Amino acid sequence: MSSQDAQSLSPAAVPIRLTINGTERRLQVEPWTTLLDLLREQEGLTGSKKGCDHGQCGACTVLIDGKRANSCLVLAVVKDGAEITTIEGLGQPGNLHPMQEAFIEHDAFQCGYCTPGQICSAVALVQEGRAHTREEIREYMSGNICRCGAYTNIVDAIEDVLGQSSTLREAAE
Amino acid sequence: MADTATLIGRPSIGQPTRRVDGPLKVSGGARYAGEYFADDLLHGYVVSGSIAKGRILSIDTSAAMAIPGVVEVFTHENRPRTAWFDSKYQDQVAPPGSPFRPLYGDGILYSGQPIALVVAESFEAARDAAALVKATYAPEEHITDLDAVKGQSYVPPKKRSGIAPPPEPRGDAEAAFAKAPVKVHETYRVAVEHHNPMEPFATTVVRDAGGKLTIYDKTQGSQNAQAYVTGVFGLNQSDVTVVNAFVGGAFGIGLRPQHQLFLAVMAAQALERSVRVVLTRDQMFTLSYRPETIQTLSLGSAPGGKLDAIMHHAVAGTSHFEDYQEVVVNWAGLLYGCDNVKLSYELAKIDTYTPSDMRAPGATLGVFALESAMDELAYAAGVDPLQLRLTNYADFDQNEDKKFTSKALISCYEQGAERFGWSKRSAEPRSMRDGHELVGWGMATGVWEAKINKTAARASLTETGHLEVSSATSDIGTGTYTVMALTGADAFGLPIEHVTARLGDSSLPTAPVEGGSWAAASTSSAVVDACDKLKQALFKQAQSMPDSPFGNVDFDGVAFRDGRMMLAADEGSSVKLGEIVRSARQHRMEAEGSAAPDSATQKEYVSYTHSAIFVEVKVDEELGVVRVTRIVNAVAAGKILNPKAARSQILGGVVMAMGAALEEETFADHNLGRFMNHNFAEYHVPVNADVQDIDVIFVEEPDDKTSPIGAKGIGEIGIVGTTAAIANAVYHATGKRIRDLPITIDKILA
Repeated sequence: MSSQDAQSLSPAAVPIRLTINGTERRLQVEPWTTLLDLLREQEGLTGSKKGCDHGQCGACTVLIDGKRANSCLVLAVVKDGAEITTIEGLGQPGNLHPMQEAFIEHDAFQCGYCTPGQICSAVALVQEGRAHTREEIREYMSGNICRCGAYTNIVDAIEDVLGQSSTLREAAE
Repeated sequence: MADTATLIGRPSIGQPTRRVDGPLKVSGGARYAGEYFADDLLHGYVVSGSIAKGRILSIDTSAAMAIPGVVEVFTHENRPRTAWFDSKYQDQVAPPGSPFRPLYGDGILYSGQPIALVVAESFEAARDAAALVKATYAPEEHITDLDAVKGQSYVPPKKRSGIAPPPEPRGDAEAAFAKAPVKVHETYRVAVEHHNPMEPFATTVVRDAGGKLTIYDKTQGSQNAQAYVTGVFGLNQSDVTVVNAFVGGAFGIGLRPQHQLFLAVMAAQALERSVRVVLTRDQMFTLSYRPETIQTLSLGSAPGGKLDAIMHHAVAGTSHFEDYQEVVVNWAGLLYGCDNVKLSYELAKIDTYTPSDMRAPGATLGVFALESAMDELAYAAGVDPLQLRLTNYADFDQNEDKKFTSKALISCYEQGAERFGWSKRSAEPRSMRDGHELVGWGMATGVWEAKINKTAARASLTETGHLEVSSATSDIGTGTYTVMALTGADAFGLPIEHVTARLGDSSLPTAPVEGGSWAAASTSSAVVDACDKLKQALFKQAQSMPDSPFGNVDFDGVAFRDGRMMLAADEGSSVKLGEIVRSARQHRMEAEGSAAPDSATQKEYVSYTHSAIFVEVKVDEELGVVRVTRIVNAVAAGKILNPKAARSQILGGVVMAMGAALEEETFADHNLGRFMNHNFAEYHVPVNADVQDIDVIFVEEPDDKTSPIGAKGIGEIGIVGTTAAIANAVYHATGKRIRDLPITIDKILA
């Protein structure tokens, strides 16, 4: 699916190694290529979206070594050796991540364009363990804009998954 | 387990249903216009002009061409030949005028106008080179300030198709207003807003070896875009397919073809390669916008608030090359009973791009003014704002002297007020507090037109018993896929998992652009018709099968359920639908159907959706911060096909209204003639932390006249009136009447 093969890259391209959705990839990247453009154009992983290219909308959110980040603000070369998880790696139809399931159940999206970023952000938020109330969820999810206005449903979905994970934690204790 | 399976298989219109496109959207599998690839794909980057009006004197592309990977730089000097006549550039929803033609000549009509397209082997090379294209200009004096030209306003000489001009005056509004004991006369404004869907505008043109084009375009109408491309480039319809299977939001900005479509097709044709052009977020602010509109509202009433005079006048900005029009003032003659009404709508030309439809175009502006003025009248007359609406309730449309197909607005008022707790409101402004914050409760009415548009659909059943329903309509996040699948499932009594909905492809049965809240009602009605015809064809075929149990019954004597056709009187006598298809020696049987407005009904009736919105705000007066803590939006919209997605549509409208009321404002620098805050850091839209509790109520509203399926449409009603309800709540909290949106901190503190 890659649109840009190695021949079209300039001599400035440098080799890096990334683990993308569990698969190790050895890649040639030009130093000015953002992680987002690398994922979308070279790797064909168009699930990560470009909404503003300025780190203002959150549509490009991916997990870098388990932490959420705006991939449009990250140059790919500086993440040599990192582990990247995109929406495609979280789960696929038939084997969806609980957060993906919750987004469907609570109708937490409409057009779907901000959704991969919202879900990556939400998965990281749960892992961060910082959000316990709806108010906290709203605050920590405010880096991801949804122009369709699905916010209350997004909070419902995250609250649902938080509830599941705290039930699981209690069960384990 | 068997019970669960039967339950899942129940026909399901009216049941809350998960989106059928959900799994693709949550897993990154849904592809949008800029996400298609081709082996030889080139990347185009648009160069935007930097003056508002004048001519390009020179344009130097040599530095750009020298960047490795750059293939071509297109400007007005080397643009390939395109159509000459305006009509070729006029799309289905174009207003009267001469549509903008990208790279057509050296003239500059608005700031940010595309002046070149750089095409390169990589996105980064194209972007880099675009910065090196140097233009010199002969600027001319421009005016982008509506206030500077509002004195030269005019009644548009040519009406825009589908937009009703203001009705003739009734009674004598001026005389009635002059002698009215209670009066309100004020001016209202709403700032310029940009649609800002999350997906930037993008077009990927994939050109096959034979020169046929598959165009993945961000559009609300694949066939509208197809007709534009074939007209402008002189191509055959059979050589151009436009696909918009997924659209990352639009809100009206995708109704008309945008310049990236033209540029991508132009480059693909000239270079005989596949080309993708994606706009940047700041270039999205060089597209269209909700027009700045100055409105004057005069209300005169008897002491108890009974309206005796309404005058509503609006002046809206438009471009120098097109007369964009929307329905701003007519609502004031429709929503309340009043015998003396005068409505007028005029345009004034400024040096910007042509404004466009943005969610509930016209109504978002006009009903804000009307419902703010009604709140002012309630205070002037000393009556409760809700009581004022009931006192002036309209049972028929005085604008057109017609009946409503249905109007359950009273239920909206009653159920909304009950859920909100409106009866506990103390009328006096500044009389309610929560700690250090002022609390305000406001309400307003919403209204939007309900109509269907001529739409065709196809139903197709395979030999395995799988149903496919299809139409060239769009799903811009509205839930069209799901409503179509639901309708097909309902018609055949199939589980929704056995139904596939296809849309967003110009080669499918004819459908209009998705807009005006008509898609769900029109498309599902067409799907019902197609399914009916297919069922009849299947019945005919089944009768001819050997040992057919249907030999002695007519069509009314059979039922369809769980993938079988059966005798209604004896469900044990049944045949699998797939077997019927196979008996015809076919892999599939299909039928086309359609839906269209009924002209006999239209002669007698009008159809609208209505809503009652109740809002609580909390205002920190020291900081000037307004928080919307609670909204109840009670909606009457006929039959609700999928309450889950319909609720989301209302939520989305409400959130956009919160933006319009409190945040959204595109600032122009009139010296430069340019919009300045062209990014999400400076153009504020609501974020998660801004949105707290939104309660949506759908009231019962049987309607057998608006559409065959009984639905009215819910894409726009959520935004209408909600801005006024918020502004009215701010007044109740603070005693400050703010008539120009958005209500930002500076206005609260002033």
